[in-house]
Amino acid sequence: MSLLRVENLSIHFGGVQAIQDLDFAIDAGTIHSIIGPNGAGKTTLFNLITGLYRPSAGAIYLDDVQIAGKRPHDLARMGLSRTFQNLRIMMNMTAVENVMVGRHLHLNTNLLACMLRLPMIVRGDRAARKRCIELMDMVGLGADIDADAGTMPYGALKRLEIARALAAEPRLLLLDEPAAGLNERETKEIDDVIVAVARSGVTVVLVEHDMKLVMGISDHILVLDHGRKLAQGTPEEVRNNPAVVAAYLGNV
Amino acid sequence: MADIRPSGYSKHRKKQTYTRRLGTRASPLQMLMSERVGGMLALLLVIAVLPLVLANNYQYDVAITIGINAIVVIGLNLLIGYAGQISLGHAGFFALGAYASAILTSRYGLHGALAMPLGALGVGLLAYIMARPILRLSGHYLAMATLGVGVIINIVISREAWLTGGPDGMYVPAMEVWGVELYGGQIWYWIVAAFLVLAIWISLNVIDSPVGRALRGLHGAEVAAEVAGVDTTRYKVMVFVLSAVMASVAGSLAAHFSEFVTPEKASFFHSILFVTMVVFGGMASTFGALVGAAVLTVLPQLLADFASYEHMILGLIMMTVMIFMPRGLVPTLSGLARRRGARR
Repeated sequence: MSLLRVENLSIHFGGVQAIQDLDFAIDAGTIHSIIGPNGAGKTTLFNLITGLYRPSAGAIYLDDVQIAGKRPHDLARMGLSRTFQNLRIMMNMTAVENVMVGRHLHLNTNLLACMLRLPMIVRGDRAARKRCIELMDMVGLGADIDADAGTMPYGALKRLEIARALAAEPRLLLLDEPAAGLNERETKEIDDVIVAVARSGVTVVLVEHDMKLVMGISDHILVLDHGRKLAQGTPEEVRNNPAVVAAYLGNV
Repeated sequence: MADIRPSGYSKHRKKQTYTRRLGTRASPLQMLMSERVGGMLALLLVIAVLPLVLANNYQYDVAITIGINAIVVIGLNLLIGYAGQISLGHAGFFALGAYASAILTSRYGLHGALAMPLGALGVGLLAYIMARPILRLSGHYLAMATLGVGVIINIVISREAWLTGGPDGMYVPAMEVWGVELYGGQIWYWIVAAFLVLAIWISLNVIDSPVGRALRGLHGAEVAAEVAGVDTTRYKVMVFVLSAVMASVAGSLAAHFSEFVTPEKASFFHSILFVTMVVFGGMASTFGALVGAAVLTVLPQLLADFASYEHMILGLIMMTVMIFMPRGLVPTLSGLARRRGARR
């Protein structure tokens, strides 16, 4: 049984068909990449899966449960987590507090208990902080724990988003261009992090333009063009697909 | 997943901070510097010492008004400063609390200590019902909608004279506890101080909790908070109701202290005054809310000698402060102090 399954998915914004009749499935425990030229609909697809957009037609199944149209925080509860192509960092908070927001679903959020600062709240926060520091260590932000997020460089914030997404302990993690804007060394570090995350049992879906990264770590690749599926398969199959080459380089 | 160790991006820096970052226990000095311990101690000290300085009933009145305003502003700061929403109608909730106490005690003979929580409950319910449709809006539209709420409350209080006494206002009978009449500044100073300490304690607790992080998170990046599992609508409603209830309690205190209520309490200008106190003292700072309330309550009194120039001078002071301290008094000053300390 596949973890995530998309059937006949379509969405249009006015006259623009951003995604058209898309079908694909993602198995648990794999690294799955979605690639395609700019404007192919990759981020739109992420927004559909995570509930930010409502599809015009079609269905999305997580564990055979229809999730299209559910609100994002409900999907987070079902084990879905993501990062953003354009950073969505809480600049009014410290780095570790950002990650602790990601821990929200695992904490006691009873207003009265929080108002009175009951011992269980203190204990829960202490444990959460410890766990979040571990995650920040894992993505290489061990030195920036209590830094104000607003003072951190772009590359660090990209990793902070990954730590925040992991803090929710998702089953399915969607990463939207995690390596965009990073130099080669930083890309390699992200690469290691993604592989480590996948090895720990989290299914990873990746939108990425860095072909070296994609080809190196993906088990499976889906190629989109103009909102339609152009090809799918292993990195080897996709690389040798003439339609893919044409989409990227034009018809030779 | 916890077994995965990092590639070791910056091991040398990590060592230095390691003891502090896990630091489950803060040093006594750190605790004294923290808001919850140090700030609360300083506040209790000021409250204890202030009566030695207060010379007459007028000065007690000013101190009590500061406390009452501060309770509203601390609640409003949770909404505006931390959660990033706006309300231009909180004087309406303040007035509803005041009138609930006035009406329930004078017309229905309820005890003041019962009227206050009943009023708060009613205001909380009203705020809850209104919050869902209103908090779908944001920015200028939210400001307009909340302004409308305040105006409607003001009009209803002014018009329903059979219940509220209309524009002339109404008397509130003195509260009695075990046969003792609670009357005068010396008694109300301590009552209001107790509520103020409670409001600050609750505010500091909420901010440093999962609920507080959800509120600050939806302010900083709403979509990211939502995707992380924060039901942002629910939290916006929650903080709106909490701040309305705090305003209502402050209104009840004001009604019993002054033993008279007027529709003025619900006026648009009163709402603006509360918002100004939040911004002036410093957004997203609980003690900033207190300082904002204190300064903007005292300043007009001090400037009263300037008669017709009073408002001009007040406006000038506010403009100057906001130009040179755009983050508000407390965050700017504490930031300055921290940088001074770091340089040494």
